Amino acid sequence: MSADNSHASATSAVAADVSGGGPVSDAALVAASETKVTRRARRLRQGMQNPWASLAAVIIAVLWTIPTVGLLVTSFRPEADIDRSGWWTIVTNPNFTLDNYEQALFGGGNNLATYFVNSIVITLPSVVIPISIALLAAYAFAWIPFKGRDVLFVAIFALQIVPIQVTLIPLLTQYVNWGIGRSFWPVWLSHTMFALPLAIFLLHNFMKEIPASLVEAARVDGAGHVKIFFRVLLPLLVPAIASFAIFQFLWVWNDLLVSLTFAGGRAAVAPLTVRLAEMVGTRGGDWFLLSAGAFIAMIVPMIVFLSLQRYFVRGLLAGSVKG
Amino acid sequence: MSTRKSTVAVSAIAASLLLALGACAPDPEANPTTGTGGSAAPTGEVKAGCEDYAVYGDLSGKTVSVYTSIVEVEQADQEESYDQFEECTGATIEYEGSREFEAQLPIRIEAGNAPDIAYLPQPGLLKTLVTNYPGKVIPASEGTAANVDKFFSPSWKDYGTVDDTFYAAPLGANMKSFVWYNPSLFKDKGYAIPTTWDEMLTLTDKITADFSGTDTKAWCAGIESGDATGWPATDWVEDVMLRTAGPEVYDQWVSHDIPFNDPQVVAALDAVGDILKDPTRVNGGFGDVKTIATQAWNSAGTPVLPAAEGETPKCVLHRAANFYQTNWPTGTTVAEDGDVFAFYLPGKTADDKPVLGGGEFVAAFRDAPEVAAFQAFLASDTWANAKAKATEGGGWVSANSGLDVNNLATDFDKLAASVLGDKNSVIRFDASDLMPAEVGAGSFWREMVKFFAEDKSSQDVADAIEKTWP
Repeated sequence: MSADNSHASATSAVAADVSGGGPVSDAALVAASETKVTRRARRLRQGMQNPWASLAAVIIAVLWTIPTVGLLVTSFRPEADIDRSGWWTIVTNPNFTLDNYEQALFGGGNNLATYFVNSIVITLPSVVIPISIALLAAYAFAWIPFKGRDVLFVAIFALQIVPIQVTLIPLLTQYVNWGIGRSFWPVWLSHTMFALPLAIFLLHNFMKEIPASLVEAARVDGAGHVKIFFRVLLPLLVPAIASFAIFQFLWVWNDLLVSLTFAGGRAAVAPLTVRLAEMVGTRGGDWFLLSAGAFIAMIVPMIVFLSLQRYFVRGLLAGSVKG
Repeated sequence: MSTRKSTVAVSAIAASLLLALGACAPDPEANPTTGTGGSAAPTGEVKAGCEDYAVYGDLSGKTVSVYTSIVEVEQADQEESYDQFEECTGATIEYEGSREFEAQLPIRIEAGNAPDIAYLPQPGLLKTLVTNYPGKVIPASEGTAANVDKFFSPSWKDYGTVDDTFYAAPLGANMKSFVWYNPSLFKDKGYAIPTTWDEMLTLTDKITADFSGTDTKAWCAGIESGDATGWPATDWVEDVMLRTAGPEVYDQWVSHDIPFNDPQVVAALDAVGDILKDPTRVNGGFGDVKTIATQAWNSAGTPVLPAAEGETPKCVLHRAANFYQTNWPTGTTVAEDGDVFAFYLPGKTADDKPVLGGGEFVAAFRDAPEVAAFQAFLASDTWANAKAKATEGGGWVSANSGLDVNNLATDFDKLAASVLGDKNSVIRFDASDLMPAEVGAGSFWREMVKFFAEDKSSQDVADAIEKTWP
């Protein structure tokens, strides 16, 4: 449920920024923000040079990292050692093995690759579908005037507060009635539904920020909605799309509840998280495998995050300030 | 006008995106058609090795889905034990194990997505399902009932019965009345396996005296188990209850014919405290009495093994179920002359043999011949022996009287099966699994944690649990 929280906290940050925006002209906004940025950068640099601040930053970073380091160290320790002593005892008793990784990867009836593939098969459509729909919806909310637009927009955003847990049984009943209960479909559809409100909200704010003059100029030149969407807006939207894609990717990749409820635990459809939850064995005796399993499952999100992180902050902030 | 046209175009794109995705989705698996005649007598030749399976008839093309809490590593053995059934009858068994079984099963039943067969880990769950979802659990087929009558004792059948209707046949069995020990330490010190409760207490005192001044203690225990913390302690109480008060009183206790704070229950709690709350007797390898509440149950026996070659183990005795066998670190030899072995937790006298047990029960959720056939198969001696042979690593027994003990993989399983099959054994099901969930999976667990963590008295613990009885 941590991904759920990150959704929520990002939303509130965005909302706070929105209320901060005032009716300033674009040029003035750009100029003002530039001086503000340089001033802030200077202050930040001075702050960095303060040795006490650096020390505090280092201490916080170390404290923050300790649990993960402990987990990493544990993942390389032999089972008997994990049972008997804490990971910090490696200082006096260094004893490492790759057995945990081997068992986590190849120990089960199906090796972990099956679940890796399932995770990817679940995650890609669950990221692509909501973004596709949200882009179109956001465009409509931003640039097509129609009756009841604001009410509808608020209604969609309000759906964000519905906890997904209350939808589990009604949705599953529906999927079973439709005869798609035991495939990937319920997972894709559910992730799409749960992602749409935030996706539409973020992308709408970003689109709104693009100067109206740009869209009008294109319209004067004879471009229709389709052309404006693909030629004018889409290239500008890349950071916003990338940042939301990271969000959604991490949430879907780390999700256990939705896939366990809708797809079940069969090897044909179960993602990595489900396998990870089963890894400890029927009676929890193999819990020492969890640290190794966690680090294996972490690889893909790490790669995705690190390769797309430059979009992350940019895209989020870009969508937050209303023009 | 152009605005209107573009709107249409945009929605067309959205629609085609969805269609494109739809095209590459797998077809939902079709439910096998339920035909009749699945259990009819087979016509023609019977394949070699399939003689025992002929009664189940030809089930070609039929699928039976199984949902259970048994996951890897045990899952592999389970699946292997159905191979012959699948080969001979042509049916496909679709196995799905999940540790979230107990939470997910009601969701799946409610959503109309129930499995064909579910292995319920406790009779209490069967009762809950039958009460909460009337008509969803299918009463056991005639073939199943016949097998259960033939191979199981009446008390096992009773556990699968709700309101006089027999629903679920027993599958595997657990036995909780074991004490794990270190055979080489016993040999070195000349300790003998105790055959009565008093002998065990004498042994405890002897160990305490022998190791006074060291940090080795006679007993070690741990009851931490996530959101089920406390259950290993309830097993202790139940085992002692069976010994101090006897099976009849135990039954009255379970059915609440005597209150939870009856003096006999308090006496059993005191007897547990006599061992586990005595700082000179516990908690070997971990610390004081309080550490029992925080030590994970699945590694609580580890100090029975020496920390390193040549060192003295920090703990001598650890009471745990037969399934603790799989919790010993990889590479541990479980044998009478190995690293670790177990003896039967003795009764009051050598002939008095109460056994605390548990097990899974096979309930059906679809009324079809192939489901009935598979349910009957799981209750047969054919399956019990196939499972015993498939479980090469050991760690599995059944109360099925058709099980040939020689098919079991390890000495320990043979010991467990012999105790289970002993004519003197009086088997009682885990009380906390039979009591209402508010107690059996609630206050009983919680109060036992307080019993150790806060040193709450036996009387106060029993009173507190009695108050929560619905």
